[in-house]
Amino acid sequence: MSTTQETTFQGKIDKGLKIEPRDWMPDKYRTHLIRQISQHAHSEVIGMQPEGNWITRAPSLRAKMVLIAKVQDEAGHGLYLYSACETLGITRDELISQLHTGKAKYSNIFNYPTLTWADIGAIGWLVDGAAIVNQQSLRGTSYGPYSRAMIRICKEESFHQRQGYEIMSKMANGTPEQQEMAQDALDRWWWPSLMMFGPHDLDSAHTSNAMNWKIKRETNDELRQLFVDRSVKQADLIGLKIPDPDLKWNQETRHYEFGEIDWDEFWKVINGDGFCNKERLNNHTTAHTKGQWVREAALAYAEKRNNGVNHE
Amino acid sequence: MADSTLYKYVLSLGDDALVSAQRLAQWTYKAPFLEEDIALSNISLDLFGRANLYLEYAAELKGGNTTADHLAFKRNERQFTNLLICEHPNGNFADTNVRNLFLDTFHKLFLEKLVESKDKQLAAIAEKARKENSYHFRHSSSWVIRLGDGTKESNSKVQTALNNLWMFTGELFEMNKVDLEMSSQKIGVDREALKPQWKSIITDVLTEATLNIPEDVFMTSGGRDGIHTEHLGHLLSDMQYLQRAYPNAAW
Amino acid sequence: MNNNELPLWEVFIQPKTGAQFQHCGSVHAADKEMALQNARDLYTRRQEGTCIWVVKAEHIISSNPDDSESFFDPADDKVYRYPTFFKVSKKAKGL
Repeated sequence: MSTTQETTFQGKIDKGLKIEPRDWMPDKYRTHLIRQISQHAHSEVIGMQPEGNWITRAPSLRAKMVLIAKVQDEAGHGLYLYSACETLGITRDELISQLHTGKAKYSNIFNYPTLTWADIGAIGWLVDGAAIVNQQSLRGTSYGPYSRAMIRICKEESFHQRQGYEIMSKMANGTPEQQEMAQDALDRWWWPSLMMFGPHDLDSAHTSNAMNWKIKRETNDELRQLFVDRSVKQADLIGLKIPDPDLKWNQETRHYEFGEIDWDEFWKVINGDGFCNKERLNNHTTAHTKGQWVREAALAYAEKRNNGVNHE
Repeated sequence: MADSTLYKYVLSLGDDALVSAQRLAQWTYKAPFLEEDIALSNISLDLFGRANLYLEYAAELKGGNTTADHLAFKRNERQFTNLLICEHPNGNFADTNVRNLFLDTFHKLFLEKLVESKDKQLAAIAEKARKENSYHFRHSSSWVIRLGDGTKESNSKVQTALNNLWMFTGELFEMNKVDLEMSSQKIGVDREALKPQWKSIITDVLTEATLNIPEDVFMTSGGRDGIHTEHLGHLLSDMQYLQRAYPNAAW
Repeated sequence: MNNNELPLWEVFIQPKTGAQFQHCGSVHAADKEMALQNARDLYTRRQEGTCIWVVKAEHIISSNPDDSESFFDPADDKVYRYPTFFKVSKKAKGL
C-alpha cells in the first residue's frame, strides 16, 4: 500500500469528503464497510420476520396495511443496503451465503420472539427508535453509497417509530389485559434495545478505526445515552414503567443514568444461543432454497428470449 | 331487516379482495428473492386497500354501528361470500402466480365494466382498482410466461398449478340472484358475458408461455353462498384471533 | 457458489415530468421487464417518480477517479464559458 494513497485518502476523510466506489481505499476500510453494511442489510431483512409474524393477525384493516407497508420498507431498506454493499465488489450471493454460514451477523434484537400484539408496538417504538438514532448518525458516514442509502432510509423510517408508539399508547390506555401486554412487552424489549448500540466503546473491537475513518460518527455509548433520554420521557407520557431500578435523572449531566446491561446475555445471543437464532436463519435459508427453481427459470427465460442481455 | 341486495353485492366483492390480500400477505419474507417479496406485498397492500373501500361501503349500507373492521373480523365462515379461488392456499410460487393470473385477468374485464356502474361509489372504487389491477396483471402474466418458458421444472410446476386451479375458474362467471339483480339494474356486471374474453386473454398468455390450456373439468363453486373449502376457516381463525379473543378491546 | 443470482441493474428515476433522471440505486432482475417492475416496486413506493430507466450495471462506463485531474481540471480556467465573464452595458436588454 502506498503511503501517498493512504494520506490522500485520510485527507479526504478529514475534510469531510465522501469516498466513492472507484476511489482508492485501504483494504481494511473496505472490509470494515462490507462487514458493517452487510450486517445492517441482513438486520433489515431478518427483521422482517418478527414483525411478519403478526401481519396475518393484525387486529384491524388499518393495522394490517400499516404493518405490511412497514415490513415492506424493511425489505426495501435491506435492498438499498445490499445495493450499497455491492458497490464494494461483493455480490449479493456472497453476502447471503455469509449470512447462511454464520460468517455475517445481524442485529441480536431479532432473535427475540414477538409474543403478543404489544410486541409489534414495542418493536416499532423501541427497536426502530434505537435504529433511527443509529441511522441518523450514519447519514454522515464517509462512504458515499452508504451515506446516500442512510439518507433515504431515514426519510422513510420516520413513520415506523410513530406506528409502534401509537400501538403502545393505545394498549397502555386500553383494557387491563392490553395494559398488561403493553408493560410486559416493554419489560422484555427494553434491555435488548439498549444492547442494539453494541458493547461499551472501550470493549468494542471496531470503534476506533471506524471513528478515524468517519464510518461511525458517534460512539456506541453516546448514541445509547441519546436513546435512553428520549425513551424515558416517551414511556412516562403513556404511563409505562421502564424496567430498570437504577434509572434516575442526573441534574448535573442533564442525562438519565441507567443500570448495567447484561453483557453475558448479549454475547450469548451474538454467538448463536439466542431464543430464535436457529429459526430466523432457517426461515431465510428455506425461502432462498425454495426460490432456487424460480430464479433458475427466470434466467433460462431471459436467455431464451434474449431479454435480459445485450442485444434487442 | 333483511340485508339489501346491494349490500350483499358489495360485501362479496369486499370479501374477494380481503381474502386474496390475506393470502398474499402470507408470502412476507418467504418470496424467492427480496425484490419479489416487495412486489407481492405491494399487491397485497393494494388488495387490502380495495377490501377496505368495499367493506366501508358495505358497512355504510348495513347501517347501525357496523364498520369495515366489524365485517372483516366478526363474521364467520358461512357469512363470508368470497369466491373459492381467493381462499386457495398459496402453494408454491407457480400456484400463487396462476391464481393471481386467473383473478387479475378476470378483474381486468370486470372492473372495466364496473367503472360504468350506475352506483357512483362502486364506480369510483372500480376506477381506483382498475389502475392497480392492470399492474397486477402485468406482474402475474409476466411471471406465468417466464415460468412456462423457463426450465423444464418450472414449466411442469406451472402446468400443474394451471390444471389444479382450473376447476375454480367456473365460479368467476356464475351469476347468482344478487348478480342478476344488480346487473339488470346496471349497478353490477354481467359476469357470464366476460367469459369469452377472459378465455382469450388466458389463451394468449399461456400460448406465449408454451403452456396448455387445461381441459374443461368439473367446476366447483359455492363461495357466494358461504359454502367454502376447509381452508377458509383457518385463514379466518388466524386473521380474526385478536378481535375474537379480546372482544372489548380497541386496537 | 452458484445460487443463480440474477443480474444487477442500475436504476434512474425521473422525479417529475421535465426533470432530469437521477441515479437512485440498483436492483437484481432476470430480464428488462422484471428490472422495471422491481425498480418500480422498490424505488417509487412513495410516488417518487414519473418515469424509470433501468440499465444493466455492466453496461455503465465510468471514468476513473485517477483520471480526474486530466478529465476535469482543464475546465477550471475556461471562465469565458460563463455569462458573467462578459461585460455588457446594462442598457442592452434581452441578452
